[in-house]
Amino acid sequence: MNWKTFFALLSRDAHVARRNAIQLFLQTFLQPLLFVFIFGKVMVGSGYMPPSYKSLLLPGIISISMTFTGIWAVAMPLIAEFQWTREIEDRLLAPINMEWIAIEKVIAGMLQALVSGLVVIPLAWLVLRPGVDISIHTPWTFAAVIVLVAAFSACGGLALGCSIDQQHIGLMFSLVMTPMIFFGCTYYPWSALDKFPILQKAVLVNPLVYASEGMRGTLAPQFAHLPIAVVLGALIFFDLLLLVVGLRRFEKKAVS
Amino acid sequence: MAVGIRTQELRKVYSSAPPMGVGGGFVMRADAKGAKAAPKPQIPALDGLSLDVPAGEIFGLLGPNGAGKSTTVGVLTTRVKATSGQAWIGEHDVWKEQAAVKRLIGVVPQRANLDFSLTAREILAYHGAYFGIGSKIRNERADSLLEKFKLTERGNQMVRGFSGGMMQRLSIARAMMHDPQVLFLDEPSAGLDPQTRILLWEIIREYHAAGKTVLLTTHNMEEADALCQRLAIVDHGHVIAVGTPKDLKASIPGGYVLRLRFGRQTADLLSRLQTLAGVREVRAADDTGVDVYADRGGSLIPEIATLAAGVGAELSDVHISEPGLENLFLHHTGRNLRD
Repeated sequence: MNWKTFFALLSRDAHVARRNAIQLFLQTFLQPLLFVFIFGKVMVGSGYMPPSYKSLLLPGIISISMTFTGIWAVAMPLIAEFQWTREIEDRLLAPINMEWIAIEKVIAGMLQALVSGLVVIPLAWLVLRPGVDISIHTPWTFAAVIVLVAAFSACGGLALGCSIDQQHIGLMFSLVMTPMIFFGCTYYPWSALDKFPILQKAVLVNPLVYASEGMRGTLAPQFAHLPIAVVLGALIFFDLLLLVVGLRRFEKKAVS
Repeated sequence: MAVGIRTQELRKVYSSAPPMGVGGGFVMRADAKGAKAAPKPQIPALDGLSLDVPAGEIFGLLGPNGAGKSTTVGVLTTRVKATSGQAWIGEHDVWKEQAAVKRLIGVVPQRANLDFSLTAREILAYHGAYFGIGSKIRNERADSLLEKFKLTERGNQMVRGFSGGMMQRLSIARAMMHDPQVLFLDEPSAGLDPQTRILLWEIIREYHAAGKTVLLTTHNMEEADALCQRLAIVDHGHVIAVGTPKDLKASIPGGYVLRLRFGRQTADLLSRLQTLAGVREVRAADDTGVDVYADRGGSLIPEIATLAAGVGAELSDVHISEPGLENLFLHHTGRNLRD
């Protein structure tokens, strides 16, 4: 393993991310903050939603932000760089085995997802306060959940980025991201689906469910949530699945 | 430590459309939606291509578009997986020891694939970093390469707005950044103005003088002739002739090729043409065409015209090729290089 090359690849991605920092910031945080403002502040303030909804909503918003950031950070550059300009070629010719180039992309995406998760917490808290009841009771479990969520988003980005052409980016958002977010127990807990038993079972194939429930279980455990062991197990399963699929797709794209 | 290049019986069949710059000459099918019903397209690109380039040589692959030149470079640079056969850079098997091979090679692709998220100077510096070059050395080297390729003024600009020629120069600079032992250049002078082409030739010769191996592909005769110590003529995925440009040219019977067209073409006409002084070989090209290999050109035409009139086959078209590599290609394939 050639660490010098690996870190040079990471520093290139960090450099590009820094250059696009403002754009990335707006892209990542504007939508969740508006959502938090309307649902957490306006709807709760005007009495359409109970005050406790603030604390229920926040973990979901964090998992959306992280997922969106990780997928975006890995998939979009890959889609562009594998197109006809073949920009990625100079990195494919770096003296390192090919799968490490994909793994570097995943690590870079995970770091961005983690930053976005850790930034959206105080931002949303500022918008929502007072009356937000969240706290980290089990820091190690929270750390495990947040890392696994970051990995899920980045590995998902790898798999999507190597499977989708530039002209289908719009479809990726409307057919993959949007249903994933709405059926991802982000704006409501999984237990809220008790009245819809078929849907409640069906959404379990959606990895975002475990991300949201894991965040809820570690940040706002006062709400009913999936057992943490199930959350961790499912996230590890999806991380590995998406990583394996992503690496295979990457190799197919990279070598003709 | 100079490093050579070797391939043995390389075969490559693309089962999907080959990437741009690799399959230029193939008829490609669009990726059909009904892919399940239709069998996958099988596009042969290499058909038992064997090469042996000793260390420290400038070697050229000459052939028309779609002959398999870029695919050969792709296989040798880890970017294309051969269907069968083997390739080595020095002692390293290209497919099995990719990281070691990539350390030894520099690649200039047919189409620039520069990192659009970076400036010209950053492209060079990060390329150096990927190869583990320390920051002081890589920055110095980046500056000197920018200078050499006359890009210093644009060094801090994003490359998106660069002209084709500038991108090509930067691609070459990038390939030289880590001082590779083997340099691959796929159609290096395509899109360069004549001045830059001469600069490029000088740089390649200078690089070679430092004991490096250079493999370039071209369909430019002049370039192959001026630059390469040895050449392989490639067509339909295999090598049809290898040698120095001089030897290859000497192998063409006569040297001149007269491509003739008659009103009609008979066996009698062919055998009579063969008897003219200076004619080495006569080949029927199609129903009305005849290729005459001879050691003189224009001075044969009056005799041919008279002879043709004598057998009732009027001469309707004449094209004379002077001795050159183009005729070699014609001789081996019956086709022009630019067909």
